[in-house]
Amino acid sequence: MPPEKGLKMRKVVIPIGPQHPALKEPESFNVTLSGERIMAFSARLGYNHRGIEKACEERTYVQDVYLVERICGICSHTHSTSFTQAVEELAALDVPKRALYIRVIIGELERIHSHLLWLGIAGHEVGFDTLLMYSWRDREVVMDILAELTGNRVNYGINVIGGVKRDLEGHHIKDISKAVDTLEERTKYYIDIATKETTLIQRLSGVGKLPHEDALSLGATGPTARASNVARDIRQDDPYAVYSELGFRIVTDNHNDVYGRTLVRLGELMETYRLIRAAVNNLPEGPIAVKAPRKIPEGEVFSRYEAPRGENVHYIKSNGTDKPERVKVRAPTLANVQTVARMLEDEQLADLPIVIAAIDPCFSCTDRMITVKDPDDSNPRGIIKWDDIRSYSIGLYRSRGVDFSLLNKKLAEKLKC
Amino acid sequence: MIRPGKMIKQVLQSLFMKPATLLYPFKKSPMPEHFRGEIIFHPELCIGCQMCVRDCPSRAIKIKKTEDNKFEAEIDLGKCIYCAQCVMSCPKKALESTKEFELAVLDKSKLKIIFSADPKKSSDSQKTP
Ligand code: SF4
Ligand code: SF4
Repeated sequence: MPPEKGLKMRKVVIPIGPQHPALKEPESFNVTLSGERIMAFSARLGYNHRGIEKACEERTYVQDVYLVERICGICSHTHSTSFTQAVEELAALDVPKRALYIRVIIGELERIHSHLLWLGIAGHEVGFDTLLMYSWRDREVVMDILAELTGNRVNYGINVIGGVKRDLEGHHIKDISKAVDTLEERTKYYIDIATKETTLIQRLSGVGKLPHEDALSLGATGPTARASNVARDIRQDDPYAVYSELGFRIVTDNHNDVYGRTLVRLGELMETYRLIRAAVNNLPEGPIAVKAPRKIPEGEVFSRYEAPRGENVHYIKSNGTDKPERVKVRAPTLANVQTVARMLEDEQLADLPIVIAAIDPCFSCTDRMITVKDPDDSNPRGIIKWDDIRSYSIGLYRSRGVDFSLLNKKLAEKLKC
Repeated sequence: MIRPGKMIKQVLQSLFMKPATLLYPFKKSPMPEHFRGEIIFHPELCIGCQMCVRDCPSRAIKIKKTEDNKFEAEIDLGKCIYCAQCVMSCPKKALESTKEFELAVLDKSKLKIIFSADPKKSSDSQKTP
C-alpha cells in the first residue's frame, strides 16, 4: 500500500557487506532507503587490496608479466597484454606481426568468455537461471579452445615481452573457426531470446538508467558507456596491436539501462566473431617473438587496452634496471563504479543486485590503494610513516587488550624448533 | 513474436540429451597439449646456472649443489603458480611441465618436493626418471 499523502517514510540506512551472502567479493555498500526506494547509495572499496603494484616493483619485468596476469581471473590476457605492450614500447621492440595477431585472437576469445559469463550472471541476478545454465554451458566451448591454444583455461600465460610464447598451427585455426561458428549460432539464439522474451525485456528495461550526459560526466567506460550511446572504444580510438588493420565497428545502444547493456554485450559478441575470423584469415607468417633485453631503458609509458569491461590502463616508469620503478594499474571497474550511485537513484532495492552486476564489476582488480587516515592530524590525508603505522596499530590493539608481544615471542619459539 | 517462455523448447529438448557435465573424478577430461601442471626436474641435465631461480615469479624453486656437478631441486608446490617460466628459462631442459594437476594434499609439508639424483633423498622418486 503506498504511504498516505503527508505521511513521510522514515529513512533507513542499511549496510551491505563487506561480508554478505549475496556478494561474491568483499566490498561495502551503504544504501539509504525510504521504504523500498533507494535515496542514496555509496560504495566503499578497499577490502581486496593485494599490494600487487608494490610486488611488481620488487620483481623483474619477466616475473611481473605473470603477476599482472593474475590481477584478474577473467580478463587476465587484458592485463598481461597491457603490461607487455607498455614494456615493449619502453624498450623500443619491434614485435612481430604474427605475435600481435595471436594476441588479438586470444584477447577476443577472452572477450567472448567474459561476455557469456556476464550474460549468465545477469540472468541469475534477475531469477532467469535457465539463461545462466545455457550460456555457461556454451561458454565451455570458448574455454576449451583457449585451453587448447594456450594450455590453460584461465591465466593463459601466452604473452612474453617481445611477442607470444606459442604459435598457432593449422589444426588450431580449424578448431577456432569451428568454435566461432558454434558460438555465433548460439549468440544469435541469445539475441533472439533477449529481444523476444518479454519477461526479460520487462525486467531489465528502465532499470539502472544512466543518461548519456551522466555517462560522459562520470567517465563511464566499456559496455556501460556504450549502452548510453557513448561511442568510445580503445580498439577504435587508440588502436593497439593490429585492430587498425582489422577494421572495427563500435556497438552502441541508446536504451541507457540494463537492457541496453545486455544488447551491447550481445552485439559485441557478434563483432568479436567477425574480428576473430578476420584475424585468423589474415594471420601473417613469420616469427612469434623477438628477444627482449632484461634491463629496460629509462622512461615512462602509458598503455591502454579495451578489456571486456572497459578501458584498462597500465602506467610504467622505468629507471633503467631490470625492475620497474613504478607500476600503476587502473582496471575498468574503478571508472564504472561511480556510475552505480547515479543508476540507483530512486530505484527499488530489489534492482540493486542487477544494477551492480550490469557494470560487470571486478572489485579485486580495482583495489589499488588504501588511504590511512591519521586520527591525530588535522589534515586527514597527511602521510604517515611506516613505523608510525606500526606503533599506532600496536597501541590500538593493546588498548583493546590484545598484546602481540606475547604472540611474537611464541611465534619466535615455534620458528626456532 | 514477443512472448514469455522463449527458452522452453530448448529446455524440453535438453531432457533427451546427454548431460553437459562430466562425472569427475570417475571420468577425467584429457589435459590440453600445452597444459602447465606440476614441474619435474631432471637432475642429470642441470648445470646449476640458477636461471630458473632468478626468473621464478613466486620464488618457489631452489637449486642446491649436493656434490660436484650434482644438483637437487626443491619445488614448493604451495608457492608455485604453474607458469612454467622456469621451464622456459632453463637452458638445458632440466625442468619439464607435466599434465599432473591433482596436487592437493592434507599434510602441508608434502607440498615441498625434492628431486635429487640420489633416490634416497628424493621425495618424488617414482616420478624422477
Ligand atoms: S612454474 Fe613458475 S612458479 Fe612454479 S617453479 Fe616454475 S617459475 Fe616458479
Ligand atoms: S635453469 Fe635449468 S640448468 Fe639452470 S639451475 Fe635451473 S634447472 Fe638447472
